[in-house]
Amino acid sequence: MIHLDYILIISAVMMFAGIFGFLTRRSTLAILLSIELMLNATDINFAVFNRMLYPEGYEGYFFALFSIAISAAESAIAIAIMINIYRMLKNISVDELQKMKW
Amino acid sequence: MDYSQFLIMHEELSLLAVIAILFVADLIMCPDKKSGRGTFNTCLPVVLLAAHTLLNLLPCCEAAETSAFGGMYQYTPMMTLMKSILNVGTIIVFLMAHKWLSREENLVKQGEFYLLTLFTLFGMYLMISSGHFLMFFIGLELASVPMTALVAFDKCRFESAEAGAKFILLALFSSALLLYGVSLIYGATGTLYFSEIGVLLSGNSVLSIFGLVLFISGMGFKISLVPFHLWTADTYEGAPTVVTGYLSVISKGSAAFVLMTVLMKAFGTCALVEAWNVGLFWIIIASITIANLFAIRQKNLKRFMAFSAISQAGYLILGVMDGTAQGMTSLVFYLLVYMAANLGAFVVMTTIEQNSGKIGIDDYDGLYQTNPKLAFLMTLCLFSLAGIPPFAGFFSKFFVFMAAFKAGFHLLVFIALVNTVISLYYYLLIVKAMYIKPNDNPIATFQSDGYTRVALFLSILGVIVLGIGGVFYNYIDLFSYGIN
Repeated sequence: MIHLDYILIISAVMMFAGIFGFLTRRSTLAILLSIELMLNATDINFAVFNRMLYPEGYEGYFFALFSIAISAAESAIAIAIMINIYRMLKNISVDELQKMKW
Repeated sequence: MDYSQFLIMHEELSLLAVIAILFVADLIMCPDKKSGRGTFNTCLPVVLLAAHTLLNLLPCCEAAETSAFGGMYQYTPMMTLMKSILNVGTIIVFLMAHKWLSREENLVKQGEFYLLTLFTLFGMYLMISSGHFLMFFIGLELASVPMTALVAFDKCRFESAEAGAKFILLALFSSALLLYGVSLIYGATGTLYFSEIGVLLSGNSVLSIFGLVLFISGMGFKISLVPFHLWTADTYEGAPTVVTGYLSVISKGSAAFVLMTVLMKAFGTCALVEAWNVGLFWIIIASITIANLFAIRQKNLKRFMAFSAISQAGYLILGVMDGTAQGMTSLVFYLLVYMAANLGAFVVMTTIEQNSGKIGIDDYDGLYQTNPKLAFLMTLCLFSLAGIPPFAGFFSKFFVFMAAFKAGFHLLVFIALVNTVISLYYYLLIVKAMYIKPNDNPIATFQSDGYTRVALFLSILGVIVLGIGGVFYNYIDLFSYGIN
């Protein structure tokens, strides 16, 4: 069986790759993808903790399922707003989102 | 299955009934696009919500602590009180939204506004009475997803869409951080129930400290405390003014209350209390100071209120320190007073924006000459926000300071006091603009509508009565509890 540490390292790398992408990407869609990476890292965490450490219950699995569903809803509304922005500007780069500053 | 459990969550069910009625009413009575006239107006949601508040506030005295669904749903009388406060705030927001919603482009969307607002309120209800991290997370997201739609409500205005984009991206980011923290706590304890976590979580494990830090930062985004506040000013400026009022009071207040109850319940062991005290200590100092310094240089009144709201959130969190019962009382009381004063200021801003289209601080020059009553009421609200003695804001600040002082954070209280003086300066800048600064072209005189007047009356009543009558503080004190 794969040891717990390796999976946790994968999820931590995913998490920080997501944070890095969130901070450096210029397209809002790429930012959204980075956030999905972060959310999936947490899902891996929940599943692996449940499977390896606490196999008697299902709380972690259920949390992962609910969080997938909720993050899908959030992405949907984020994309809806981006489509609205695209209609006005024909562009969804974050560099355009700077009408309000300071 | 025992269906009588549902009766324990009667507050949520009653709110759901209100939502269902409004949904049907929206279908049947939605104003016609061609004639532009419809029977569906502000009265119905306000009356329904008021009835819902009265129904649930009154039996609150006899109810005892219970829980339902295996501890997923927790109930304490304090929560009813908190939900009632949020309800009253929402009623004021509905009243002040009347003029904005009766504009031509919003007339067909008014049903959506009420539904989205009430769904965020429903999410806050769930979040407040959650006893399990899953319930808490669902409530949090239910509160923030419709909120995004509200922020981006003005579909044809670019600022609104920009504010919505900034809000949703940072809300997603913060919930990802929060979830990562929750997953680490799950890894450390193997349970997600607050009460069990409180027993199992030890203070010295790296996992629990890391989880705690990520949890506080995730909530910090929602309350807009300083290292996590960067979305606040832009979102507040871009969102419709009514929504900004809702965001700055109801959403922030419920998140602050939940931060306190979860910290008490799940992270209430000795070593962890010390850990979050240290974290919150620096967060409060940063929030109050930095927000005050940024508020001074603002030119737009909504941006100004955003920074004012960040610094007020810092004062609010003072009540969380050490998790005492007195802290809880002072936090809820502070929230109540802050709601009255801040919503009062927002009602004035909304009515001026709807009647003249102006929102800059310079536009308020000479307001006293043309609209003396509005200028006077705005002054009362700003004085209460600044904490000048006869008004409620003074007492709420005093109680919060007293709670933190008794918990032993003398330096923190001192810094907060110094910042109160700084905040007085920038609140008075607006008063000065309204009364003293000359202006050749001030905002024209106008009559505000009946709904706005009721909203103003309610909030000014709060500003004046809450401070003088000590009954309210004592009443809240009856229900508050600390760690153990």
